[in-house]
Amino acid sequence: MIITVQKNFSDLLMQTTDKDKIFIVGCAGCATKCNTGSEAAILEIEENFKQNNRIVSGFAVLDTACDIRVAKKELIKNNNFSEATIILALTCGAGIQAIEKITDLKIIAGLDGLFVGTTERIGVYNQYCSTCGQCIVDKTAGICPVTRCSKGLINGPCGGFVNGKCEVDQEKDCAWVLIYEKLKKTNSVNIIKDTYLPPRNIVKPKNIIYKKKDIKQ
Amino acid sequence: MKFKNKLATNDFIITAELFPPKGTEISTLLNKADILAKVVDAINITDNQRASMRVGSLAICKLLKDRGYESILQMTCRDRNRIALQSDLLSASVLGLENVLILSGDHTSAGEYIGTKAVYDLDTIQLIKAARLLETGVDLAGKKLKGSPKFCLGAVANPTASPLDLQLLMLEKKINAGIEFVQTQTIFDIVQFQKFFDTIRYKNIKILPGVTVIKSVAFMEFLKKLPGVNIPQNIQDRILSAKNPFDEGIQICAETICKLRDFADGVHIMAIGIEEYIPDILKKSGKI
Repeated sequence: MIITVQKNFSDLLMQTTDKDKIFIVGCAGCATKCNTGSEAAILEIEENFKQNNRIVSGFAVLDTACDIRVAKKELIKNNNFSEATIILALTCGAGIQAIEKITDLKIIAGLDGLFVGTTERIGVYNQYCSTCGQCIVDKTAGICPVTRCSKGLINGPCGGFVNGKCEVDQEKDCAWVLIYEKLKKTNSVNIIKDTYLPPRNIVKPKNIIYKKKDIKQ
Repeated sequence: MKFKNKLATNDFIITAELFPPKGTEISTLLNKADILAKVVDAINITDNQRASMRVGSLAICKLLKDRGYESILQMTCRDRNRIALQSDLLSASVLGLENVLILSGDHTSAGEYIGTKAVYDLDTIQLIKAARLLETGVDLAGKKLKGSPKFCLGAVANPTASPLDLQLLMLEKKINAGIEFVQTQTIFDIVQFQKFFDTIRYKNIKILPGVTVIKSVAFMEFLKKLPGVNIPQNIQDRILSAKNPFDEGIQICAETICKLRDFADGVHIMAIGIEEYIPDILKKSGKI
């Protein structure tokens, strides 16, 4: 899921005035799981606004804010949304840009989107995938060095690993040591030496349009 | 003698490292180069080492070339994409520079521009192969070159890395990709290096272990914090109890080189700011 963190409240406050009617949009998807765009998060931020002489006209937690159809359906009929003078989006950037399609009002980004996260447990999320568009993990023991090696090296480690840790952050595992240890379990460490991965093609599409016949419902 | 030809001999090969200045004052560096050229086989010029912005290694290598000195152009993957890296390799060649040391480069987080974009568009293996490809008259885009370069390529290894087997796999991969020599990160533990060397020496490639002078107690503490630097306790004790830690550091470095002369292919000296002492260190280490 998309991992988000909330921006500083004071920065959000500065973008509003006491004349504004603020409408807050949350998301029941990833941002609710991160507790950054959930109803609870919205209520907390609404309270903070009120304490700072701001008017919150209403809020909505969209089922999936990144779906333009959902944003349209759930917001356009909402009277409080129609009366608002400014929108605060507690969604990822994809969500904000679905909301942008249906309003000309100023939208304040309430969250920073960080990465596509793998959940270890509630509240602990790791970036294991960069959605680079050219997955190579079938050649790297299921562990992505593009994302998890600090230098994104795909043909093996640099000389900076010490006791399995990365030279950049001694708390962080060296991705290549993880790959090596995993391959050792199947006696296949030579894959590291014998597999050459050519320079990656980093051009990837910005949109995908499937033909109707290819979509299996 | 050309460094490439020197590699083909059985001589104990000596290289040393100089840092380009931060700013345009280069007389200090050139004075040091004049001193080193008399006692080393080639002078490495670092490429914005520790991710700090400095004069480029290409410019300094050209200045050394003009003085008739053999240099080794260090080239990291950190700051340039595949267009710039290949272009700089061609530039080196037209400037008459042949020796290139290819390394991934200290991460930007180690330096002065922590928030900048770290490039790593190519990794070291890909860059070694790209250099070898250029020699065949073709570039990474598959385009033909009008005139092709010729290089003597090296790479780095860390004998103190753990797990060591992984480092050895990587070194073998670099050798298979086409390097002709290896310079290592700083070693203080001769036994540890010999173990590493014995594992890889059958590959028939010249391996030059890196050595550093411990200039002071504070510098020793700094070195200890660097990734992969292992200073044996007896050496630490000698520095800590020395009346003059600087002289003791010089003596330790000379002793290390002396021991290396017995079995190693050579040595790569990183004197970090006190390069003018290198002739003295080499003299103390046995022969010059």
